[in-house]
Amino acid sequence: MKTVDEVVRLVGRVRRDELELWVRRSWVIPAASEPEPTFSDLDVARICLISDLLHDVGVEDETIPLVLSLLDQLYATRRRMSALTEAVQRQPEEVRRAIFACVTPRGGPR
Amino acid sequence: MSDDPYDILGVKRDVSADDLKRHYRQLAKELHPDLNPDKPDVAERFKKVSAAYALLSDPETRGRYDRGEIDASGQERPEQRFYRDFQEEPGATRFYTREGFAGDDELHEFFSDLFGGGAGPKGRTFRMRARGADIAYTLPVDFVEAAKGTKKRVTVDGRTLDITVPPGVRDRQMLRLKGQGGPGFDGGPPGDAFVEIHIQPHPLFERKDENVHIELPVSLPEATLGGRIEVPTVDGPVTMAVPRGSNTGTTLRLRGKGIVDPKSGERGDQYVRLKVMLPKEVDPELARFLEGWAKEHAYDPRSGMGGGRP
Repeated sequence: MKTVDEVVRLVGRVRRDELELWVRRSWVIPAASEPEPTFSDLDVARICLISDLLHDVGVEDETIPLVLSLLDQLYATRRRMSALTEAVQRQPEEVRRAIFACVTPRGGPR
Repeated sequence: MSDDPYDILGVKRDVSADDLKRHYRQLAKELHPDLNPDKPDVAERFKKVSAAYALLSDPETRGRYDRGEIDASGQERPEQRFYRDFQEEPGATRFYTREGFAGDDELHEFFSDLFGGGAGPKGRTFRMRARGADIAYTLPVDFVEAAKGTKKRVTVDGRTLDITVPPGVRDRQMLRLKGQGGPGFDGGPPGDAFVEIHIQPHPLFERKDENVHIELPVSLPEATLGGRIEVPTVDGPVTMAVPRGSNTGTTLRLRGKGIVDPKSGERGDQYVRLKVMLPKEVDPELARFLEGWAKEHAYDPRSGMGGGRP
């Protein structure tokens, strides 16, 4: 867990006032807020992502929440998907075949 | 790849700061690992490109690099884990909450909902009912079978298909056999079978729309004197009258001996184009006769062709 100052020092390309603004806007939510805001490794990666989006990719300030929301939805969907894939892989051959048949495009294999 | 930051970014050494930034942002869009979660190899390239940009975007370090005072190293970001690298970990769902995704409990609920293993968040159950897969099959049918219709039994993927080919079916026509595809899942209905008809060419018959065309050889006496001859049709041989004085190219019509039009139910015709054939060998008797005949009855079948002159 890292404090604001530690994150600023570690990441090197994020200013303290920037980071505090992002927290106020809830772009990143410190993993713990008492006694002072501290950030997990996940949070630090998210901070780096926001910095990359702003400075490297050139996403406009007001578009950041949209991009973050879409990415979070994407990752949530991928997580469900991989849990589902894992569950399917544990099923007997017959069940896996039946599921596969359901997702085979209409018109079928040629 | 070269370590030279200009090469890594793919820019000329005299690139302007604005162009450098524009070019870098384009690369960042293409290579950022969180914008490409399915491409594991972009992370290394993104790190290289961003390190190169870090060096060149600062006029001071760019100048020092150009003068050879520093080399390209030392600009790498500290060992970085991208946001995507955390997404397999349990804590990662924390930020999903704003999208109505409350972590792994929600994951369990999502699937219990999906599989009907319990009441979902809205108290409803959902079954995995799904329609069976459609299957596709190509059925070769010979010309006469296609004209008259037929029934075929074939095996596709271990399933037996009973295919009724309607009379007058067209080449490449797709027949849909409802419910003869793959079995449904969890009570879902079976899929359909799609059968594409491929009509095999016939040595005698040719089809144009609902009509059948055939070329029929006739002997010299049959053509000259007329007579009744046997003609193959899709229904089998029929007798046809050849009028006296028929010639190669004379086309006779057998009404109603063509193919059924599936829409109107009416049958097309068969067109018989005659082709006069001399005997295989011209015997002395025929030659003598024609010599005598030709003296009295000379005719020029090529009159009207202008002698080949334009």
